[in-house]
Amino acid sequence: MARLSLDRVTKSFADFDAVKDVSIDVADGEFLAVLGPSGCGKTTLLRLVAGFEKVTSGEIRIDNDVVSNSVGSVAPERRRVGIVFQNYALWPHMTVAENIGYSLKVAKLDKTVARQKVEDALALVNLQGLGERRPANLSGGQRQRVALARCLVAAPSLVLFDEPLANLDVHLRASMEDEFAAFHKRTGTTIVYITHDQAEAMALADRIAVMDHGRLAQLAAPRELYHEPANEMVASFISQGILLPADVLTGEDGGHCKVRVLGTEPVVRCGPGERPRAGAKICCRSADLDVSPDGPGLDGLVKRVIYRGGGARIEFAPAARPDLTLHFEQPDPVTLGSGAQVRLRIRSGWLIPAEAGS
Amino acid sequence: MPTRLRESQGQEMVLTVAVAIVIVLLSLLPMLRLVREIVAPGGTLSAVAIAAGLRSPATWIATWHTLVVGIGGALLAVLSGTLVAVLVSLTDIRGRSALVLCYVMPLMIAPQVTALAWLQLFGPASPFLKLFGAAPPLGTKNPLYSTSGIILLLGVQYGPLVFLLVRAGLRKLPRELVEAARAGGASWFTVLVTIVLPLMTPSIMAAAALAFVSCVGNFGIPAFLGIPANYLVLPTLIYQKLAGGGPAVLGETAFLSVLIGIIAMAGILAQEVMSRRRDYRISSTSLPAEPYELGRWRAIVQASMWLLIVLVLFLPLFGLVLTSLVPGYGIALSAKTVTLDNYRFVLFEHDAANRAFFNSFWLSIAAAFFAVIVAVPVGYLIAWSKQRWVRLLNLAVELPYALPGVVLAIASLLLFLRPIPLIGIQLYNTVWIILYAYLARFLVLALRPTISGYHQIDRALEEAAQMAGAGLFTRMRTIIFPLVAPAAIAGGLLIFMTALSELTVSALLWSSGSETIGVVMFSFEQGGDSNYAAAMSVITVAVTFVLMLVINLLVPHLPSGVLPWRD
Repeated sequence: MARLSLDRVTKSFADFDAVKDVSIDVADGEFLAVLGPSGCGKTTLLRLVAGFEKVTSGEIRIDNDVVSNSVGSVAPERRRVGIVFQNYALWPHMTVAENIGYSLKVAKLDKTVARQKVEDALALVNLQGLGERRPANLSGGQRQRVALARCLVAAPSLVLFDEPLANLDVHLRASMEDEFAAFHKRTGTTIVYITHDQAEAMALADRIAVMDHGRLAQLAAPRELYHEPANEMVASFISQGILLPADVLTGEDGGHCKVRVLGTEPVVRCGPGERPRAGAKICCRSADLDVSPDGPGLDGLVKRVIYRGGGARIEFAPAARPDLTLHFEQPDPVTLGSGAQVRLRIRSGWLIPAEAGS
Repeated sequence: MPTRLRESQGQEMVLTVAVAIVIVLLSLLPMLRLVREIVAPGGTLSAVAIAAGLRSPATWIATWHTLVVGIGGALLAVLSGTLVAVLVSLTDIRGRSALVLCYVMPLMIAPQVTALAWLQLFGPASPFLKLFGAAPPLGTKNPLYSTSGIILLLGVQYGPLVFLLVRAGLRKLPRELVEAARAGGASWFTVLVTIVLPLMTPSIMAAAALAFVSCVGNFGIPAFLGIPANYLVLPTLIYQKLAGGGPAVLGETAFLSVLIGIIAMAGILAQEVMSRRRDYRISSTSLPAEPYELGRWRAIVQASMWLLIVLVLFLPLFGLVLTSLVPGYGIALSAKTVTLDNYRFVLFEHDAANRAFFNSFWLSIAAAFFAVIVAVPVGYLIAWSKQRWVRLLNLAVELPYALPGVVLAIASLLLFLRPIPLIGIQLYNTVWIILYAYLARFLVLALRPTISGYHQIDRALEEAAQMAGAGLFTRMRTIIFPLVAPAAIAGGLLIFMTALSELTVSALLWSSGSETIGVVMFSFEQGGDSNYAAAMSVITVAVTFVLMLVINLLVPHLPSGVLPWRD
């Protein structure tokens, strides 16, 4: 169990900054997910924590011990960090038990103790009796569990997951997700979990760090990330938020303010201390929109109807700004068709805070 | 905490330094020593050696001959190798893997064995021609003792080398490029001439350069075919000078060997310049093109391919076996004359031959073993290190193999003529100097497959071990070595096969008591005892065959392209 601190960490390759000025504090026992589109620097971040890459500037500390800064870097094998690789990285020339017991053998642990620990680790991931198998003879889910057991057996202070479910099929993913959650609950280990799958991150993490082009876009609990995105990138990235141009009409009052959006004037949620301003953006979720033939709203055209089973996703272009696309759900029976004229009401939304410094 | 931050690189430093020492000892030191001998013989800067070499007419005649057989042999190899590569890769010819295996075989056979086999086929004493009573009368000159004979055999020996490189290039040719041309209305032959061959220019150029360097540096073929006709190339000139003059003429031969090195380098540079003139890069990757249907031509093409293989492989080997079975020069083979005496003689009776078998076997085993041990850490640095200077390391290891063997042999002689400073051990005139040269020359043969082995391993396997707390040396032993071992060992076996009947280096370095198989074979042939030479050749060819079969067992664990004869 340990704390992990990243302090203004930057990693440059030639003239390209893969990770830029990232500061994150992970509390003891916390489950942190690092989420982002591919190429956002999340894997580099993990390799920095593991020690496979050296920071260009900034500092990484594990339990107040500096493990990496611009002066030097503690070798990965001395960091007491466990890692579960995306492709498992099981050694094909060893049995499952040998794979799991490797770190104990390296640490020259007494053989009987080591054997017992391997047995315990196998039991922990429900693989009793498979110790003599070769990794090649296991299914994807079993390999994943071996990889997990292998990393646990050394009792690491910190466990890193590098997109561990990316290579599994959908239904296996759900059960492994449950298993990771149970594992975290049982051991209380600090976990840093890299993924590009939002649902996975939301389901598992205490907090999520969203990365974009090497920078930390937002670090928050899943609920906050969804309801109160800090910037446009996070707003549109998380659950396909709809971004709409807005002018703030009233100051913040009880967490709400009035805005003007495409001719309508809905009341949306906002951060404390918001003041009237022009050129703002609000983020709506599809659940914030509904069809209201009477009353105020946005007139426009239905562009596309995609049936999704039990309902449809409707894509809508407002007449005032045909280049924008709003989407919302209509449950069965689906009555809207492509080309239909509809009036939409914005029931709620979130005013994206002004960028710091602008 | 600062100490902990810094000490973590310790083992990597040790590894890097150890690898650097090995590379300096094996490849940079001999090359530098050779250059010093030319520029500053005896320690002072002087152009005497160069001037003396330039004045001698023998130098110019041998240089001319070297260029003639080098260019001729390379041209023949490029023509035949490219033709076979195109037919095998782009048409629906049948029995492809057997064809490839047989066509590439001559590459696995030592050049002097090839020379001997062909000599036995066409000479007046040929047991093969005698079978039909077609042998020319005794005393007739063997037609292979000539310039064209040398060029022909060099072409046969190195055609497969060209074949392998061009075939590798053809395999990467995306089928869309061919299909687009055919959709545009081009016939298959037009596609071949206007699309395929132009795109293959880099492969063909590289193959031509490699074939040229190999032909220029070849010792076995011009030694067996040229010395009797007094047609000397630079390697055989060096051999004759050293054999006649001993260490006294070492300075002179050093100049000659640098001359060969320059000619070889010129070949490689010419290839670089030619390939750079146009952009031949193939950007997309895709499946190879559908094979062209030869239709009614298929049977004819197939038959001529096999005829070619019978001509360049089976007939010469057959002639070699026949010669090894007759009791003496010029005797026809019959049920009455057939004998195994030649084998008994070289295996059990002749002292030098006995020693040669013993020496060559342990030299080859030692060189192969050492190369495997060294190739794993060196390959680790070259394949996985992020540092740029590591590429220079790769170049340094390639050098002793890329340059003709004569160059390394002379360099080793210069290096060890006097006892090694400080420790005072004398390597000159012992078998150890041959071992040193073998280690330096053949290391790259194990390194190349090892590096391609590394490229196929997921680095995460090592990183996982690192996360488990294993230091570099532990990871090397428990994770990395087991994973690259098949590739490295296959490379070691290639070294064993190459070193077993090696002649170029040992012909210049041997001394009484440290004969190798190649050297004894050569002296048998020079003394007119072709039957004994043939018997030794048959034994080494048989050992090579058996080893190839053994290596085939490793195939499931090997990266593709490690074994030249596997399709």
